[in-house]
Amino acid sequence: MRGQGRSKGRAARVIVACIAMLAVTACQRETRYFEPPTKAVTPPPVRLSQIQPGAIATNTQLAQKYDENAYALSEGQRLFRWYNCNGCHANGGGDKGPALMDKIWIYGSEPAQIYSTIVEGRPNGMPSFGGHIPENEVWELVAYVRSLSGLVSDTAAPNRSDTMQVKKPESNTEPQKPLVAAPSGASERP
Amino acid sequence: MSSAAGSSWARFGFSRRAQRALREQADAVVSRGEVVLDGAGFGSKAALALEHTWQDKRGIIGWLETNDHKRIGKRFVVTAFLFFCAAGILSAIMRTQLAFPDNDIVGPDLYDQLFTMHGTTMMFVFAVPIMQGMGVYLVPLMVGTRNTAFPRMTACAYWLYLLGGLTLWIGFALNTGADAGWFAYVPLAGPDYGVGKRADVWNNLINLTEAMGLMVAVDLATVILKMRAPGMSLRRMPIFAWSILVTSVMIIFAMPSVMLAANLAQFDRTFGTHFFNPAEGGDVLVWQHLFWFFGHPEVYFIFIPGLGFISTIIPTFARRPLFGHTAIVLSMIATGFLAFGLWVHHMFATNLPEVGKSFFTAMSFMIAIPTAVQIFCWIATLWTGRIHLRVPLLFVLAFFVIFVLGGVTGIMVGAVPFDLQVHDTYFVVAHLHYVLFGGAVFPLFAAFYYWFPKFTGRMLDERLGRWQFWLFFIGFNVTFFPMHLLGLDGMPRRIYTYGAETGWGTLNLLATIGTAIIAVSVVIFIVNFVRSLAKGTLAGDNPWGAPTLEWATHSPPPAFNFVAVPVVASREPLWAREADEPTHVTGLSAQTREGLVTTVLDALPDVRYSYPSPTIWPVVAAVTVVIWLFWSNITPSGMWYGLIPPAIAFTLWYWPTRKETAEQLLLQRRP
Amino acid sequence: MIGGMHDVQVPAGAQAHAIAGVWHWLLPICTFVFVALVIAMLVALWRAPWIRESVAPDLSSLRQSEPEIARAVWAAVIVSTLLLLVLLAVSVFTDRALAQLPLENALHVELTGYQWWWEARYDDPDASRIFTTANELHVPVGRPVIVTLVGADVIHSFWVPSLHGKKDLIPGRTQTISFRADRPGTYRGTCAEYCGYQHAHMVLYVVADAPNDYEQWAQRQRAPAHAPATAEEQRGRDLFLRRSCAMCHAIDGTPAQGQHAPNLTHVASRMTIGAGTLENTASRRAAWILDPQQFKPGANMPAENIPPDELAAINAYLGSLE
Repeated sequence: MRGQGRSKGRAARVIVACIAMLAVTACQRETRYFEPPTKAVTPPPVRLSQIQPGAIATNTQLAQKYDENAYALSEGQRLFRWYNCNGCHANGGGDKGPALMDKIWIYGSEPAQIYSTIVEGRPNGMPSFGGHIPENEVWELVAYVRSLSGLVSDTAAPNRSDTMQVKKPESNTEPQKPLVAAPSGASERP
Repeated sequence: MSSAAGSSWARFGFSRRAQRALREQADAVVSRGEVVLDGAGFGSKAALALEHTWQDKRGIIGWLETNDHKRIGKRFVVTAFLFFCAAGILSAIMRTQLAFPDNDIVGPDLYDQLFTMHGTTMMFVFAVPIMQGMGVYLVPLMVGTRNTAFPRMTACAYWLYLLGGLTLWIGFALNTGADAGWFAYVPLAGPDYGVGKRADVWNNLINLTEAMGLMVAVDLATVILKMRAPGMSLRRMPIFAWSILVTSVMIIFAMPSVMLAANLAQFDRTFGTHFFNPAEGGDVLVWQHLFWFFGHPEVYFIFIPGLGFISTIIPTFARRPLFGHTAIVLSMIATGFLAFGLWVHHMFATNLPEVGKSFFTAMSFMIAIPTAVQIFCWIATLWTGRIHLRVPLLFVLAFFVIFVLGGVTGIMVGAVPFDLQVHDTYFVVAHLHYVLFGGAVFPLFAAFYYWFPKFTGRMLDERLGRWQFWLFFIGFNVTFFPMHLLGLDGMPRRIYTYGAETGWGTLNLLATIGTAIIAVSVVIFIVNFVRSLAKGTLAGDNPWGAPTLEWATHSPPPAFNFVAVPVVASREPLWAREADEPTHVTGLSAQTREGLVTTVLDALPDVRYSYPSPTIWPVVAAVTVVIWLFWSNITPSGMWYGLIPPAIAFTLWYWPTRKETAEQLLLQRRP
Repeated sequence: MIGGMHDVQVPAGAQAHAIAGVWHWLLPICTFVFVALVIAMLVALWRAPWIRESVAPDLSSLRQSEPEIARAVWAAVIVSTLLLLVLLAVSVFTDRALAQLPLENALHVELTGYQWWWEARYDDPDASRIFTTANELHVPVGRPVIVTLVGADVIHSFWVPSLHGKKDLIPGRTQTISFRADRPGTYRGTCAEYCGYQHAHMVLYVVADAPNDYEQWAQRQRAPAHAPATAEEQRGRDLFLRRSCAMCHAIDGTPAQGQHAPNLTHVASRMTIGAGTLENTASRRAAWILDPQQFKPGANMPAENIPPDELAAINAYLGSLE
C-alpha cells in the first residue's frame, strides 16, 4: 500500500511538472506584447565587426522572447510587407537583396547581428533603418527574418499570409542551419 | 446514486447483509447454468439475474468501462452543467467590464477570449450536449428498452466531449483560449490574422464536439426507430422521443458542415492551403455559408428538445392528455425541415443578392408557424385542464413569456431591412438570449425538477425551487431586456469598452445588476441540488402521476431498467390501461445483455439483440483521437503518424472476447 | 468627447427613414402578438381549476374530439400567418425602396476598412480632385452618397445607424452602399463586425454639412498640407520625416507617402484621433503620439521613446495641418 502511495505521489508530481512546462511554453508563445518590452531596455551596442572575443554577446533575453512569441512573429510578418523589405528581398528568396531563407548569412544570423544589419544598413544597398523603425518593431522583424529560414520555434512561427502563394508557410519551413563564419570573419559565399 | 452492485437493492430497503445474501443467490443462480429469462416482479429470480448481468464492475475501472445509458446520460448532464457555470462566470466578468464606460478591468485581448469562450462553451459544450445527455438517459426508459442501441459509441462520445471541453478550457487557462468569436470568421481566425494556436484549439473543439454529437445522434435515432417497446407505434410514441428523433436527424445533416468548415480552416492554418484566401481564388464567404448552414439548425438542436420537455410536462401538470398531439409532432418535424432553409439570415450584411436574402426572410417568418401551432396547443391543454402548479410547470410557464418575446424579436431581425440596422448589435444579443433561455434553459430547469426524482429517487425542494425560479426570471429580464434598447441605440457586439459620450452606461449597469441576480439563482439551484441529493424527500416510482413509461420503473431505475419489456397500447400507457391488455412480454435472457428490436412503424417484435459488454476501449479510443488532433496541429506529419493509435484502439474495440463469443453460441443453441 | 447621433429610431437620412418605417410596423404587430399570447396563457391559468394534490387525469379527450378548441387553434394559426404575411410584404417593399434611392449627382467615396481605422477616398472623374482622408466623412445634405466598401484585411462592417443599415467589408468581395443625409448633423458610425482587438475603437464619424459648407471642406481637403509657419512647426515637420512617422503615414505635399496608416494631411481638421479613441486636442494628441498602446492596446501604431521637446514639435506641426 505504501509503495502504491509513493508511486501515486510520483505520478502526480510528473503530471504537475508537465502542466507547468506546458503553461510556461504556451504563455510565452501566446502573450501579446502590446506595450513594447524594450521601453526600459538599452539596445545592444552597434557593432561594426562580426567577430567578438568569446561567445557572441546578444540581447538574449529579448531575442528569446520574440523567437518563441507568436504575436511578435506575426507582427514581423506584417512589418516585412509594410516596410517593403520584400521589395529587395522578395519573400525570402532574394532579388536585389540577398536571400533570407537560406543558410548564408553575410552579416550573421544571431538576433543582435540581424538587428545591427537593419539598424545600421549595409554596403551595396541595405538602407539604415535606425531611427526610422521603432526599436521593438526592429526586434519583431529580426524574429521574422529568422523564421524565414526556420530558426524559430515551430509552434510560434507564423502561418501563411493572405496573399498570393509564394512559398511554404514559415511554420512549415525546414530549419536551415546557418553556415558558421570562418575565423577571418568572412562567411562562405557562393 | 451510481449503479454499483446493490445500490438499487438498497433502495428497495434491503440491509447490507440482505444485499450480500441476494448477491450470493444471484451468483448461484447464474453459475448453476440455469437459463433464466426475464419476467415480472422485482425481487424475483429474474430480477436478481438481471441485476447481476447488467451491473458494472466496481471501482474506477467499472466507472470508466460502463456503457449503461443512465450513467452516461448523467455524466453528460453533470459535465454540461459544470461548463454552463464556468461559461456563466465568464459572462459575469464581461458584464462587470461593461458596467461602466471606459472600464479597465479586462483588456481587449482577454475580453476577446472571454466572449469567444462564453459563446463557444455555451453553444458547443453546454447546450447541445446537455440536451443529448437528457435524451441518452430518458429515451430508452421512455420507449421501454434496456439501453441505447450503440452503447459503446455513446460512451466514447462522452469521453470525446469531455476531452474536447477540457482542452478548450485548459487552452484558455494557458492564454491559448479561442479569441475569434464563437463563429470564428475567417480571415480573423485564418492563418494570417489568427495569431498563435488559439484558433487551432477552437478547430479541435469543433471536431471533438461535433463527432460526439453525431455519435449520440445516430445512437438515439436508432433506439427510437428500432428498439421501442412492442405496441409503441410511431403514433403512440411520446413527444419527447419525437423531439429527440427530429433533433438527431437534423444533427446528422448539419454537423458535418461545420466539421468540414473547421477542417478546411485548419488545413489553411497547418498546411497553407487557400480555401479561404481570396488572393489565390478562395472565398471568405464560404466559411460563413458552411458555418451557418450548421449554425442555424444548431439552435434548433437546442430548442427542439426543449419543446419536447414542455410537451411532456404540461400534460402531467394539467392532468389531461396533450391537445393536438399529432399537430405538435408534425410541427416539430416541419420545424426540423425548415430550420435548414434559414441560414443566410445571419449573412444579410454581406454582398449576396438581395432577392435571395428576401427568400430567407420568408423562410425565417415561415418557421414561426409550426412553433405557434405548438404554443396554441399547449395553451389549449392548460385551458381545459386542472392546474397542479409545481416548480416544473412554473419554469414551463416562463417559457411562454420569455420565448415568445424572443420569438417576436426574431421575426423582427428576420426582416432584411431591419436586420441591417440591428445585426451584430446588442439587440441580437437580447434576442438570442431570450430564445435560448426561454426555449432551452427554462425548459431544462423544468426538466431537472421534473426528472430529478427519477434520476436520484429524491425530490428537489419546492420552496428553494420557487425562490430560484423567481430570481432567475426577474434577473434574466433585468439583464437582457435593456439590451434591446442598447442595440437600437447603436451599441455593437463584441466591444470591450465604450465611451461615456455614447450614453450606454446606465443600461449596461442595469444589465450587470441583473447578472448578479441570475448568479444568485443558479447558486440556489446548486444548493437545492446538493441538499436534496443527500436528504430530499423520497420520491417513489411516479411522484407526479405522469403517463410515460419511464415512471413505470423504480426511482432511480435499476441497471436493467425494466424487469420485463413493457407493452403499450396507448399514448399514455400509465394513464389509459385497460384491464385485459398485456402489460409486458418476457422471454429475453437474464443471463446475457439482451434487448428487443422492433419494427419501425408499428413496433412489432422483430429480433433479439445482444448488447455489447462494457469495455475500456471507448475511453482509450477517445484519448488517442484527441492526441491525434493536437499532434496534427503541431506538425503536419502528426496527421499521419497520429492516426496509428486510434486505428489500433478502434480495432480492439470491436474485437470480440471469448466470453462474448461463448454467450452468442449459447443463445443460438437454446431458444 | 465628441457625441454624434446613433439612434436607429431617430433617422436622419432616407434609407434609415425607410428602415424606421419597417420598425413602425414590426413593433406594434409583434407587441400585439406577444401580449395576446401572454394574456391567453394567463387567462388559461385563471379559468382552469387549480388542484393542490395530484388527481386522476381527465381522459375524456381520448374518447371524444374537442372541436371548439380545434377551431380556436386554427383561428389563431390563421391570424398569425396573415400577420406574418403582412410583415413579409412590408419587409420586401422596404427592401425595394432601399434599392431605389435616386442616385443622380451622387458623391462617390471608396471606403477601405483596416484594422482598426477607416480610409476614405473621395473619387471624382477629374483625377486632380480626388483626395483621401481617414475616420471622418463629410457629406452634403440632400445629395446621395455611394460608398464602395473594400475590406483590406479582415471582415469589417460599415454602420451609421442614423443614415442606413450596415454592410460588410469583405476581403475579396467589394460591395456598395448608398445613403443620403437629409438633415445636417454629426452622426456616429462604428465598425459592426468583430475584427480583432480594437473593434471597440473603430469609430467613423459622418458629418452632414449644408452643400456650401461641404464644398468648402472638400476644397480644404484637396489642398496639400499647410507649410509650417513657425520654427517649431518646421522642426516638427523635419522630425516627422526623419523619425518613424513617415514610414506609415502620408502628408500630401511632403515626402511622407506611407500608405499603411491614416492620411494626416488635414489631421487637425478632424474631431478625433485613433478612429474615435480620443478627442483631437493638443494634449490628447501628444499623449497618443507618445503611447497609443495606452489608449488603444493592440493598435498597429507603436509606442516610442520620443523626447518631450521633439514630441512638442511634432505635435505643433500636426496641429497646424488644418
